[in-house]
Amino acid sequence: MVAGDAIPGSLTGAPGDAARGRAIVLDRQRGLCLLCHAGPFPEERFQGDLAPSLAGAGARLSEGQLRLRMVDGRRLNPDTIMPAYFSTEGLRHVGRAWQDRRLLTAEEIEDVVAFLATLRD
Amino acid sequence: MGSPRPRRGRSRWLEALACAGALLLLGAGPRSGYETMTPQLRAMQDDDLSNPGMLAVAEGEALFAREGCAGCHTAEAMRGVAARYPALDRASQAPIDLSGRIAQCREKRQQRPPLPREGPAMLALTAFVAHQSRGLPLQPDPRLAEARRQGEALFRERRGQLNLSCAQCHDDNAGRRLAGSLIPEGHPNGYPLYRLEWQALGSLQRRLRNCLVGVRSEPFPPGAPDYVALEAYLVARARGLLVETPAIRP
Ligand code: HEC
Ligand code: HEC
Ligand code: HEC
Repeated sequence: MVAGDAIPGSLTGAPGDAARGRAIVLDRQRGLCLLCHAGPFPEERFQGDLAPSLAGAGARLSEGQLRLRMVDGRRLNPDTIMPAYFSTEGLRHVGRAWQDRRLLTAEEIEDVVAFLATLRD
Repeated sequence: MGSPRPRRGRSRWLEALACAGALLLLGAGPRSGYETMTPQLRAMQDDDLSNPGMLAVAEGEALFAREGCAGCHTAEAMRGVAARYPALDRASQAPIDLSGRIAQCREKRQQRPPLPREGPAMLALTAFVAHQSRGLPLQPDPRLAEARRQGEALFRERRGQLNLSCAQCHDDNAGRRLAGSLIPEGHPNGYPLYRLEWQALGSLQRRLRNCLVGVRSEPFPPGAPDYVALEAYLVARARGLLVETPAIRP
């Protein structure tokens, strides 16, 4: 499913829902994105600065490129600190409650990708 | 700690901090979590009358007398002890942390029932003993090379569902913001300490458990040797920082 630096096809075969994706990105228990990233979310008080801003992500990257970065960024940068949201490969000492569970479901990944694609500037 | 003593202790302590501050300006060495706190929190830590950790220290002083510790030890003889812990336990030839030593005295030398590690009595006794070393530089026990090696391996190992190592936050990203929290260098020199988020005094093991659970990894069981190994490495990594017990942290 990986082609170059992208996963061109939807993981579910259907397009995601950008509004649901936005909620996931802002949710500190589910997406966790704002732990590390800032973005164009003026209402959110605490945003991280461990990673590039999500502003303009949809202009810099295609949906396929965004999808691979969500699924498993280690494919592009083995040392990345960004968690692989759709892979449990190589994880160690995972807490009992999280064992063998991906961070997000295929549907949720598609929702987040759809939302990131709307971040054009 | 009678009532006239804290003032003297405090000025000595402030002098020592000023020295550490001067070293920091030269860019040398590790940086205590104290240095990156707001001025309000630093003032709260510096003033014994506003530092809520001092209540636990006073409670620990009372327990030290009431629970029979003073039958074998004096408070004065406790000065410097915390600065060189964890240490090698002669009997078991294994590393032991300060609370572990206190538990050992209580259970083996006094034949009394164990105190829960995170319970208020053990925290207070540990805080009282560690407070006797406030202002002294950490001096890692040279006999703990093997534990330090294990601790460093744990520190560098990626773990949990988020697949992050301690080093990725505390070496590579210290000073940056994880959402609202400033990531400190992760030094163990203030424990037990009063954390505003906990609204209570807490141990280093509690702090480490929070970081382990934060990356969705399985924490070590309470009292596990892994914590002592991590602490042995953290203390060596923090070499030269001054004991701050009881510190304040956000
Ligand atoms: C623990 C830190 C962390 C978390 C949590 C995290 N990221 Fe990232 N992310 C990074 C870092 C660091 C990079 C930079 C690329 C690299 O490290 O290879 C990155 C890169 C990206 C990129 C590519 C940006 C670009 O312009 O090239 C996107 C898009 C992205 N992240 C989206 C997300 C989303 C959406 C979430 C949450 C669902 C998220 N990230 C969670 C750390 C994180
Ligand atoms: C019956 C005597 C006795 C009593 C009572 C006792 N201890 Fe000890 N304690 C010792 C001895 C002996 C050692 C040295 C152990 C060793 O080095 O192997 C020690 C060591 C220690 C140390 C480490 C000192 C160092 O230099 O490394 C601390 C801290 C300590 N005790 C605290 C306490 C506290 C707190 C209590 C009360 C809860 C207590 N002890 C009760 C005999 C006692
Ligand atoms: C995802 C980032 C992250 C990881 C991974 C992490 N920590 Fe932390 N750690 C923090 C943050 C943030 C704080 C400060 C908490 C606060 O102020 O809210 C902290 C605090 C600490 C402190 C307290 C420092 C002080 O000044 O009191 C220690 C010690 C520590 N961490 C050690 C560790 C160890 C050991 C590990 C690995 C087992 C680890 N951390 C993993 C983010 C992390």
